[in-house]
Amino acid sequence: MGAQLRLLRRRIKSVKSTAKITRAQELIASSRIVKAQQRMQAAVPYEREITRAVTGVVSNTSSVDHPLTVAKENPARAGVLIITSDSGFCGGFNANLLREAEALRGLLESRGIQVTPFVSGRKGVGWHAFRQREMGGQWVGFSRKPSYNDAKEIADTLIESFKAEDGIDEIHIVSTEFVSMLTQNVVVNRILPLEVVETTEAPKDGPLPYFEFEPSAGAVLDSLLPRYVESRIFSALLQSAASEEAARRRAMKSATDNANELIRVFTQKMNQVRQAEITQEISEIVGGANALADSAAGKE
Amino acid sequence: MAKLQVGVVSPEREIWSGEADMVIAKTVEGEIGIMPNHAPVIGVLVEGGVLRVKRDGNADLVAAVHGGFISVAANEVSVLAEAAELGSEVDVAAAKDALQRAQAAIESSQDDADAQLEAKRNAARLRAAGEEV
Repeated sequence: MGAQLRLLRRRIKSVKSTAKITRAQELIASSRIVKAQQRMQAAVPYEREITRAVTGVVSNTSSVDHPLTVAKENPARAGVLIITSDSGFCGGFNANLLREAEALRGLLESRGIQVTPFVSGRKGVGWHAFRQREMGGQWVGFSRKPSYNDAKEIADTLIESFKAEDGIDEIHIVSTEFVSMLTQNVVVNRILPLEVVETTEAPKDGPLPYFEFEPSAGAVLDSLLPRYVESRIFSALLQSAASEEAARRRAMKSATDNANELIRVFTQKMNQVRQAEITQEISEIVGGANALADSAAGKE
Repeated sequence: MAKLQVGVVSPEREIWSGEADMVIAKTVEGEIGIMPNHAPVIGVLVEGGVLRVKRDGNADLVAAVHGGFISVAANEVSVLAEAAELGSEVDVAAAKDALQRAQAAIESSQDDADAQLEAKRNAARLRAAGEEV
């Protein structure tokens, strides 16, 4: 009996310390979400302006014929950029991403397109390395706090292999979109070649102005499009960072809740055992006293 | 007279926004001065350029701008810099130090593109801070 009591006490102690850790992780994650969201917000003006500039250039040059916008008729190779996290403890965050990436891979391969993964984040890199899949590029160490230079590095590698003679023909990006603290969705986007959508609808803020270009439309497009791709990747990295923290907060919250539930069950069980032990001791004492009293009565 | 609505943004944050009378920037073609009612234009900015924003009654706003674009449309000027820093925010001592190191690197090796770029950027930072380079 005593042994069981000791065992329960030990388990409660260990679960309590686990709960303390997960609770701390939860609090850290919640404070980081706010910071990640602020970074997301700070990047919005640039993204908006660059999108406007790209729209301006593309709508001014009637025939857009730029290597980054022209889709090949029969794409043979595709690059898939998968943005995962560096650290774990974030629930199904990476599992969901990688599942979606696998689905995309299956879809592309069924169309006869060879897929090269480009992976950001230690978890994704490990996943691909374990399956001995060759990666076109891998980046680790910044999933929680991506800087623009990180995005630039990724974009440079992607654009380079996109421009290369026998390189990739299209680039998809699998990342997590941050909708709110509670909702994050895995999204798949094609970032290259850029889709130029021709519409006859009038734009919302009146017709677009007729731009002059300095030095020329081609040169502006040459340096504008890579910047646009960088900005898209940067925004995906920022969203992914915020989503990672949100997923971690949720995972750590449910871990803390589970630990507290376990502590409750164990405490109840422990009290039961302790009470049973006391009851038994009392009945033993009473039994012993009765036996003594009986034997004393027999002597007389 | 009409005013210009100016926004200076880098990918990581908005550097400055407000009203101005004139914006002077350096594109790959040369300096460009934008006054109200300027025709719409998109220009590519040079690495290590200095942006000057003239305002009525206020001192000029000066910023070091590295690469990126300037786009002007309907009296709205947006400067999209890959990296930018206001002259008042520049750490002069650090920039001088970095410039010297970059120049030393250029002298020791003939064509070091990174050092060239670094030198240009720091020279622009110093000019933006009002130092002679």
